Amino acid sequence: MSDLLQVRNLTKSFGGVVANREVSLSVPSDAIVGLIGPNGSGKTTLFNCIVGYQPIDRGSITFAGREVSRLRVPEIARLGLIRTFQQTRIYRNMSCMQNMQISVRHESEGLRTMFSKFVSEVNAQADALLEFVGLYDRSLLPAGELSFGQQKLLELAMALMNRPKMLLLDEPTAGVNPTLINGLIDRLQRANSEFGITLLVIEHNMRAIMHLAQHIYCLAHGELLASGSPQAIQNDRRVVDAYLAVQ
Amino acid sequence: MSRPSTRAARYAALALVALAAPWLLPSYTTQMTFLWLMVVFALTWDIVGGQMGYNSFGNVLFFGIGAYACAVVQRDCGLGYFGSLALGTALAALAGTLAAAILGPGILALRGQYFAIGTLGLGIAAADIAAGWRYIGGGSGMVTPLFPGAVGARERFFYYLLLVVAVLTFATLRWLYAGRFGLTINAIRDDEEKAEAMGIRTTRHKTVAWCISALFLGLAGAVAGNMLGFIEPREFAFAGSTYGVWMVLMAMLGGRGTLWGPVIGACVFHITQEVFWTYLLGWQRVAMGLFILVVAVYFPRGIVGWFRQAR
Repeated sequence: MSDLLQVRNLTKSFGGVVANREVSLSVPSDAIVGLIGPNGSGKTTLFNCIVGYQPIDRGSITFAGREVSRLRVPEIARLGLIRTFQQTRIYRNMSCMQNMQISVRHESEGLRTMFSKFVSEVNAQADALLEFVGLYDRSLLPAGELSFGQQKLLELAMALMNRPKMLLLDEPTAGVNPTLINGLIDRLQRANSEFGITLLVIEHNMRAIMHLAQHIYCLAHGELLASGSPQAIQNDRRVVDAYLAVQ
Repeated sequence: MSRPSTRAARYAALALVALAAPWLLPSYTTQMTFLWLMVVFALTWDIVGGQMGYNSFGNVLFFGIGAYACAVVQRDCGLGYFGSLALGTALAALAGTLAAAILGPGILALRGQYFAIGTLGLGIAAADIAAGWRYIGGGSGMVTPLFPGAVGARERFFYYLLLVVAVLTFATLRWLYAGRFGLTINAIRDDEEKAEAMGIRTTRHKTVAWCISALFLGLAGAVAGNMLGFIEPREFAFAGSTYGVWMVLMAMLGGRGTLWGPVIGACVFHITQEVFWTYLLGWQRVAMGLFILVVAVYFPRGIVGWFRQAR
C-alpha cells in the first residue's frame, strides 16, 4: 500500500512556542487514520500546515508523490486534498443547493468555464450527496439557517462534492447531537468505502475515533507521543497519562 | 418566482415605457438619461460591493477613465462624429477594463475596511492626476465634439444610448448571476477563506468581477461625457464625493446583493433627489442626509431585502 500523504520531521513554531516539533506521520491510500491528543497539543496546527494555511519552518509534506509544503491553500485543494473546519464553515447566505454547486472541483478555469451554467450532472450529484447526508429536503434553505449539526453534515457533503482524494476532518463530531454521531460516523465510513476517499480525522470523541480509524497517531505538547492500532493506543500508558493531564 | 410568460410580459411593458418616455415627457429627457446612468452606477457597484462583499469607494475611477479615453479618441482619431464616438466608446470600455485588470490583483488583496480606504484613495488620486495633466486638458477639462443635429435629437440620441448601456449591463449581470460566476463571487462574500480551502481561484474571480464592473462604467463614462459635452476632472469624471458615494447609497437603498435592488434603488434615489432639489432648495442636502439615515437605520437590507423578509 502506498502512502498518499507523508509528513516528515515537520516543525512549526509561533515565536517561542513550538506547536509541532519533528512530527512525522503517513497516511496510506484508502485508509482512515485518526489524530488525537489533548487540547493545545498541535493537531489543528498540523492540519493548517498540511493544507498550506501556515508556512512550515522545517520538514516536508508530500501528497500523492508531490512536495506540497510550499504550495498555497487553493493549489493544494485543487490537487484533491480538502479540509473541513473545526468551527464549521459554510456559505451562510446561499442555499444548501448553491453551497453544493459551488463546491465542485475547480480544475482548469478559463473565462468560458467561469461564465458557464451548472450542467445537470452537477445538479444531480449535488442532489445525491444532499440525500446522502440527509439534507435533501433542506436544499433550498439558506445554509445559515441550518442547525449546527446540520451545517457539519452540509460541510461534509460539500467536501465530497469536490471529489477529493483525501479529506482532513477537524473534529467532525464536536457539537453534534449524540444521537446523530453514529449516523455521521457511518457516513464517513461510507465516504471511505464507497467513494474511495482517504480520511485523516482529528477527534476528541474516543469512542467514535476508536470505532472509525484503523490507525491512530497521538500528539502531546506538539510532539508525536505514540502511534498504533486503536487497541494499542487505548492501552498505551503515555497516552492515558497525557489525557489525564499528568504534566 | 413568477411564470416565464408573465415575467416576459413585465419586461416587455418596462421596455415599452423606457422607449416611449422621451416622447411622452420630452422636457424630462435629460433627467431620465441621468436616471439610466444612475442605474448603471448602482448595478456595476453591486457586482463587487453587493454580490462579492468588497465595498469599493473608487469605482468612479473607471467611469472617469472611460470619459477621458473616449474624449481623447474623438479629439485625435480624425473620423466623423459617429465613427469617432463609436471607436472612442469601445476603447473607453477597454481602457476601464484594463485599469481594473492591472489594479485588481493588488487592491483586491486588501480586505474589509482596508479595501474601502484603498479604493477611496484611487478615486482621489485619479482626480488630482487628471487635473494636472495637460494632455487631457488639466484642470479646465475637455470639451467633446459638437453633436451634428437638432437640439431635441441630441438629447434623445444620448437617452437611447445610455438606455442601451443600462440594459446591456442588466442583461449581462442577470446572465452571470444565474451561473457559476455569480455563485463563486457570492461564496467569496460569505467566506473567502472557505472558498480558498475549496480550491476556488479567488484572486482571478475578484479581478474579473471588478473588470466587468469597469467595462460598463467605461462605456457609461464615454456616453455620459458626450451627453454633457464637457468633462471636468473633479466634479464629473472622478467625482468621488457625489457619484462615488451615490453608487454605494443606491445599491444599499435598493438592496445590495440582489439583481433588481440596485435598479430600484437608483430610481428611488434619483427621483427623491430631484424632488428635494425642486421643493427643498437650500435644504436639499440636509433632506438627503436624513433620508439616507432613515434608510440605513430602518431598512438596512434595502427595499428588495425588506420585501423579501416581509413575505
